[in-house]
Amino acid sequence: MPKLIKENQVTEDDWLLVSADEANNPLPEGKLIVPLELWNERQSVLLARDHELGVWLDSNQAPELIGDRLSELALVAINFPAFTDGRGYSYAQVLRGRLNFAGELRAFGDVGKDQMFFMKRCGFDSYLLPDEKDPIAALQALSSFSDTYQSAQDQPIPAFRRNG
Amino acid sequence: MYQYNEFDRQLVKERVDQFRDQTQRFLDGELSESEFLPLRLQNGLYIQRMAPLLRVAVPYGALSSTQLRKLADISRKYDKGYGHISTRQNFQFNWPALADVPEILNELADVEMHAIQTSGSCVRSITADPFSGVTPDEIEDARPYAEILRQWSTLHPEFAYLPRKFKIAVCGSESDRTAVHFHDIGIVMTKDENGETGFEILVGGGLGRTPVIGTSIRKFLPKQHLLTYVEAILRIYNQLGRRDNKYKARIKILVRALGAEKFTEMVEQEWQHLKDTPSTLTEAEISRVSAFFKPPEYNLNADTSKSIQLNENKEFSRWYSNNTRRHRQPGYRSVVISLKGTGTPPGDISDYQMELLADLAEQFSFSELRTSREQNLVLPDVEESQLFEVWQALKSNGLATANIGTINDITCCPGGDYCSLANAKSIPIAEDIQRIFESPETLDELGEIDLKVSGCMNACGHHHIGHIGILGVDKKGKEFYQVSLGGGVGESAAIAKILGPSFSQSEVAGVIKQITDLYLELRTPEERFIDTLDRTGIEPFKEKIYAKTH
Repeated sequence: MPKLIKENQVTEDDWLLVSADEANNPLPEGKLIVPLELWNERQSVLLARDHELGVWLDSNQAPELIGDRLSELALVAINFPAFTDGRGYSYAQVLRGRLNFAGELRAFGDVGKDQMFFMKRCGFDSYLLPDEKDPIAALQALSSFSDTYQSAQDQPIPAFRRNG
Repeated sequence: MYQYNEFDRQLVKERVDQFRDQTQRFLDGELSESEFLPLRLQNGLYIQRMAPLLRVAVPYGALSSTQLRKLADISRKYDKGYGHISTRQNFQFNWPALADVPEILNELADVEMHAIQTSGSCVRSITADPFSGVTPDEIEDARPYAEILRQWSTLHPEFAYLPRKFKIAVCGSESDRTAVHFHDIGIVMTKDENGETGFEILVGGGLGRTPVIGTSIRKFLPKQHLLTYVEAILRIYNQLGRRDNKYKARIKILVRALGAEKFTEMVEQEWQHLKDTPSTLTEAEISRVSAFFKPPEYNLNADTSKSIQLNENKEFSRWYSNNTRRHRQPGYRSVVISLKGTGTPPGDISDYQMELLADLAEQFSFSELRTSREQNLVLPDVEESQLFEVWQALKSNGLATANIGTINDITCCPGGDYCSLANAKSIPIAEDIQRIFESPETLDELGEIDLKVSGCMNACGHHHIGHIGILGVDKKGKEFYQVSLGGGVGESAAIAKILGPSFSQSEVAGVIKQITDLYLELRTPEERFIDTLDRTGIEPFKEKIYAKTH
């Protein structure tokens, strides 16, 4: 089972992520995180369900694509196909900073302890770790640095305005 | 110089801890080679042909005596007793053991140094003019802004995994010594009609396999907007830069693909969201950082008679005219220490030379040195009346080679002797050339010629912007060298043109000799090499070099 870190603890995941391959299958029960294409095609069906809804963006899908429909979403997830693909960091900054998304923002894919501190700073608040990763070590990495220079979602005021 | 406060110190120490953990996990097999690679690169660690290479940041080239002593000490303790100045003003160790690197970083942190973002696909350490704060042609000191950018870019959470490396230079003077047109972002300090300081912003310059001169996307950016504007550029690049092909991943390719106009429009649009947010610089912050770069306490009674130039020692006089530079403060000069003695790899410096220079800086130059893009060291603030003494000390330690700005002041990457990316060796080429031109008479007759050698297309030796550029290429497993002419920086920013088919290693120095012979034939009395070349074009040189083979 993949492991979820949310609100600074390892926790059970009550969301089900629908992969792009599964998009044509009948919708499973429960809280779903669907690919953007599925949401685009079947928005009314998805909204009529009796569950909260999440959408996931691939690393080539900028958040502006869902900017005007964010109020319908309880969760947005961003895929990191490789941890070196850093587009998701900018997407998160835009989602939180400009589009004012206040729901859960989840990182999934190639997510590990060496990235999570930066992810947290950009506005992610949950992380779905691959099976082989140690969630306890990852959790500790969320506090790798006690303070930082620049402004980001976790600390909009840069150090020079705080320490001056 | 900038001094760390508790905040800076803690951050660097925590980075050391993080890297220690990453290295340990790699050594324990918990991280695979491919997982560890981007992590170690972000901390300046390459695995080269024989050993790791550790690149230590020397932000905008500023180095204290204490720091240089520490580098000497580390080179003795963990390396082979020498180090290397890179073309981006950083300092490289060639032979550390991987397992020792965390401890080396820990020792560096004690003297306010680190290796953060000296390699990898992230914002690299910021470069500036080694004569910042002392050169008479300065518009404004670039160092405070380079330091502000250093802090902003250090562990920036959004830009740690860019499509490719990202280099920024800040140029603060009339005459560009930073190659500002050849950076991902080039920041040119300028003043508006009211005398307010601001920046012209160039984007998309670079060398490598596709050399491009940067495009100006904003003529004047008021200084308080520096960080938000740079952030807007990086956000566009991080989202849209290509990630499918590492040779097409630099921002220059994106700017070209979108067109400069469209790219500028996107940046300006993104900036509207960032403008006036808390990252906007305050006067208080600019003054706080600027205070670290105030002029030192110069001797106001320094001898300004210039009598020193009349010194009867010819060797000293020659060194004075080649290796010292004008200074803003009357009675002072800046000294360039050549790390280009024949037979030593360009930019290499031994542990005892480091210690000697640290001492000289302490005694004669307010304990400060600078590294240069040309891979030399600078003592920025030396009283004219003390130059003879400084020269004697340098001379007795093999550091008074009077070849700065000449054809033998060769910029050269480590090449095939060290680097696993290289197609060909570059150090032996530099040596062959230096041997031909070694006599002082020859060097002085030829005057200013900028010669640069890279061992491969990645262009770490900046061959594209040398007056003469040499590039190592691989031809069916053999090392060959392509010669190009006419590169330059600043107002004459240009990419050198390839002369023709490449040469074998044994031919290169002879070809360079033919080029300079033709220059001596063609020049008017006042022309420098590059002036003659500009006037005649490359054709006469082509004809001369390739004539015999037709």
